[in-house]
Amino acid sequence: MSSAYHPGLHRFSLVLLACTFLLLIAGALVTSNDAALAVPDWPLSYGTLTPPMVGGIFYEHSHRVIAAGIGFLTIILAVWTWLAESRRWVRWLALAALGAVILQGVLGGLTVLLNLHYGMPIAHACLAQIFFGAVMGMALFTSRWWISDQPSVPDSGSPSIHSFALFNAATVFLQVILGAGFRHKSIPIWPHILGAFLVAATVTWTALTLRHRFGNVREMKLARILINSVFGVQFLLGIAAWASRLVTADAPQPMPAMVALTVIHTVTGALTFACSLLVVMLCYRLVPRSSEAAMVSTRTEAAIS
Amino acid sequence: MHYGKKIRNSQRMALLAGTAALSLLLAACGNQGNSGKNTPVERSTAPPAVVDPATAGSVFGVVRLDGPAPPARKIIMSGDSACTAANQEPPTSQEVVTDAQGNLANVVIYVKGGIGNFSFAIPKAPVEMNQQGCMYVPHVAAVMAGQTVVFHNADKTTHNIHPQPKNNPAWNRSQSPGAPAIEESFSREEIAIPVMCNVHPWMRSYLAVFNHPYFAVSGAGGAFEIRNLSPGNYTLEAWHEKYGTLSQPLIVSAKQAVRVSFVFQAAAGTGR
Repeated sequence: MSSAYHPGLHRFSLVLLACTFLLLIAGALVTSNDAALAVPDWPLSYGTLTPPMVGGIFYEHSHRVIAAGIGFLTIILAVWTWLAESRRWVRWLALAALGAVILQGVLGGLTVLLNLHYGMPIAHACLAQIFFGAVMGMALFTSRWWISDQPSVPDSGSPSIHSFALFNAATVFLQVILGAGFRHKSIPIWPHILGAFLVAATVTWTALTLRHRFGNVREMKLARILINSVFGVQFLLGIAAWASRLVTADAPQPMPAMVALTVIHTVTGALTFACSLLVVMLCYRLVPRSSEAAMVSTRTEAAIS
Repeated sequence: MHYGKKIRNSQRMALLAGTAALSLLLAACGNQGNSGKNTPVERSTAPPAVVDPATAGSVFGVVRLDGPAPPARKIIMSGDSACTAANQEPPTSQEVVTDAQGNLANVVIYVKGGIGNFSFAIPKAPVEMNQQGCMYVPHVAAVMAGQTVVFHNADKTTHNIHPQPKNNPAWNRSQSPGAPAIEESFSREEIAIPVMCNVHPWMRSYLAVFNHPYFAVSGAGGAFEIRNLSPGNYTLEAWHEKYGTLSQPLIVSAKQAVRVSFVFQAAAGTGR
């Protein structure tokens, strides 16, 4: 890694990551409080920037304000990265994050203007998680740890750990889509329940493989414990959130316990997806792919002879 | 180099085209909330119905709930001080409303089958739906397709009126305190359309839309009456938001007032 470490850029990425997490909470609160259409117009709220902050308007308008702030911070991140960062792919990632946050704003607007139809809320919910993952990536790629030299860890197993990690992340994202589909009343609960068991299998499989192949690599150990813990909590939260929906089904309005549990379940889902991406990133950082390993081996042999 | 520039230009063009398409889509959607108006009632080619007043009969009766009604749940309006101020006591859910005898209100009773293929004149008088004390009043209403529904806001807070139809265009409009009444109509039959207010998520009412005038909504004592029915064999149905539907055959003879009753089972309630 030849790039210089920019502590300011890294810290800024971390701040944006924390703010994005707040935005995820704000967005989840909108859905759980049935407040997505409390403000029927867009981009203004009731034709103004300062609508009456009562009832559902409070949740929806707060979500819009925080989102606008995140958009502004992402512009700064993109410009800063473009100016300071020498790695072209990191610059493009920052730009992609900016594109994602703009698209996310447009999807949010369409969600309102199209009355939650045409799958807009699901697309909005899923892109939120992709954006969160991208910002997490920015925070990781700009860290001192990522830029400094790390010992390369060979992977002798098959399929490669990269394949395991990617498959796991893709499965978690599928579950994110299923969860959003159920939450926005487009599909029944059973595909999401099925998805939970599928994710349980892929997370366990990935964690076991990490343990088996890289049991003594500190970062891999931490990542393994993290994804196992977060998914375990998420699984239990899913049961609790569903139970809270059943118990309060006859209530005349969203009840606080249901709101709290579904919001926590939603944002922990985002954390689970972020953790699965983190495992992918760590694998690509520490473990050379088979083609890279072969190239290194050829070079070494050539140097010896 | 030249090729690379060409690629970049085409990427720029694609980006511009994408942005323009999104802008057009947004512009087409409007930005002031969306109305379901301008959806005229579908023209029927059926001949107009002719009811002979000399032979027309009617059906009347009572809707009851067999078994204890679920306890009425208090609504928490703390999210909006104007709503708490508008009610001396916290209102309760209007989902199941019975009197001491178990007579069930807010049930839509309607002729489901046997009318034949006729068209009916749309009443000129609108159906009024008020928002009062941060509740929809009435809780359940029925209209003919194309009949005007007028929404009023008597509260000192903003509401949004958001019907969630399956068979009609959806719309969502805000109504500030003192704002003019909102007039809308629904062009297709649908039983029943939930009408929400997302500012106050406990606010929910139902609008049943029919292609004919043979419907009624049971009142506080569970009573209902449907008049001006030609003699004939019909199917009468009752719909309740929690308990679903009940049907029974109905035979109306000339000048006859037929008494019927519907009994919903409290244990059958499944919740929404």
